[in-house]
Amino acid sequence: MSKEIVLTEANWESEVINAKGLVMVDFWAPWCGPCRMVSPVIDEIADEIDDIVVGKLNTDEQPSIASRYGIMSIPTVMFFKGGKVVDQIIGAAPKESYVEKIKLLQ
Amino acid sequence: MLQLAIIGGGVAGLSAAIYAARYGIECKIFEQKSIGGQIVVSANVENYPGVPGPISGFDLIQNFEKQVKNLNIPTEYKQCVNIQKNSEGKILSFDDGSRVEAKAVIIATGASPRRLNAKNEAKFIGRGISFCATCDGFFFKGKNVAVVGGGDSAIDEALFLSKIVNKIYIIHRRDQLRASKILQEKAFSTTNIEFLWSTVVESVNGDNKVESLTLKSTKDGSVSELKIDGVFIYIGLIPASKDFCPPVLDDKQGYIISDSKMATNIEGIFVAGDVRLSPLKQLITAAADGAIAADSANRYLMGLE
Repeated sequence: MSKEIVLTEANWESEVINAKGLVMVDFWAPWCGPCRMVSPVIDEIADEIDDIVVGKLNTDEQPSIASRYGIMSIPTVMFFKGGKVVDQIIGAAPKESYVEKIKLLQ
Repeated sequence: MLQLAIIGGGVAGLSAAIYAARYGIECKIFEQKSIGGQIVVSANVENYPGVPGPISGFDLIQNFEKQVKNLNIPTEYKQCVNIQKNSEGKILSFDDGSRVEAKAVIIATGASPRRLNAKNEAKFIGRGISFCATCDGFFFKGKNVAVVGGGDSAIDEALFLSKIVNKIYIIHRRDQLRASKILQEKAFSTTNIEFLWSTVVESVNGDNKVESLTLKSTKDGSVSELKIDGVFIYIGLIPASKDFCPPVLDDKQGYIISDSKMATNIEGIFVAGDVRLSPLKQLITAAADGAIAADSANRYLMGLE
């Protein structure tokens, strides 16, 4: 079973860049309503889908990572493989969209 | 067969559900994305009576949702793409291929932000173009941005942004604002807001992200370039009605026509909130629409028995 990881500058390298397999990162902030709507969906996915690393990055607390990946709109969910961004979903989307994307990328 | 299907889980749909449940109607909410609707993007709600606030749209809608959950009203997450009438009731078709039969329906699908229709717009959504200042304003800290529009939302969001960004250009196609007086006065006295009147956006320019806008005067047609890092678009709404109209009657702009009881041209189909043709689109009117629609649905269902 997958479990969510709180991502920071300290674990970004080990958890995202050097991870084996697919990593899904939810870029969010507490003041963003749509992010808070998406958040429980991401939680569900972390619980339900195996063989995926699910991480959450608070753009308020980790602005440098957000800017490194050119985040200009949240929620943005980025998918990483072998340390590289392979796909992303900008804006709040229904659960199905995230699940379909994961199936395609896995 | 379900007694009442409510399509849409925004303020109108949730209000309708609360009223319907209290009438003892067996109802279900069908929502395509997530509960909340447009209000989720609002940083501050200060005009919903009884809630002095300031409260974020998200927190306010959480209270609506709590009330719905307390009444044990179920929600299913799928998009209704068609409503057909038969002798028994209505048949709702969904994007996942499933069907639901209901005696009565309330359409409360709301609306989504209208796009500029400018060149390169789609390419830059999330790359400098935003429809949510609350969500994305922070990424433009100390930068120069444009807000397009002249209504309440545009001015409200420009005022929100004025505390974060360096400078805001409000681009408006007319030479005066439609926004309420109180907002106008606030905007005119904010030093880092500059107005570009009688101007429309022709194209959005940049490599990977927004770098400038090509503007055109609606007065003399002259073209100019404005260097900015972000654009926030608030130029009105598109009602989410295309899957239902026809047979449901709309005003040609997509707003569903109803009588004062929220009844549409089709018996047993009611409408509430921003998708309805009405003079004011606010939380309070969406909530009121929902209550009236639920009451009308109740009367309709009683008449069937």
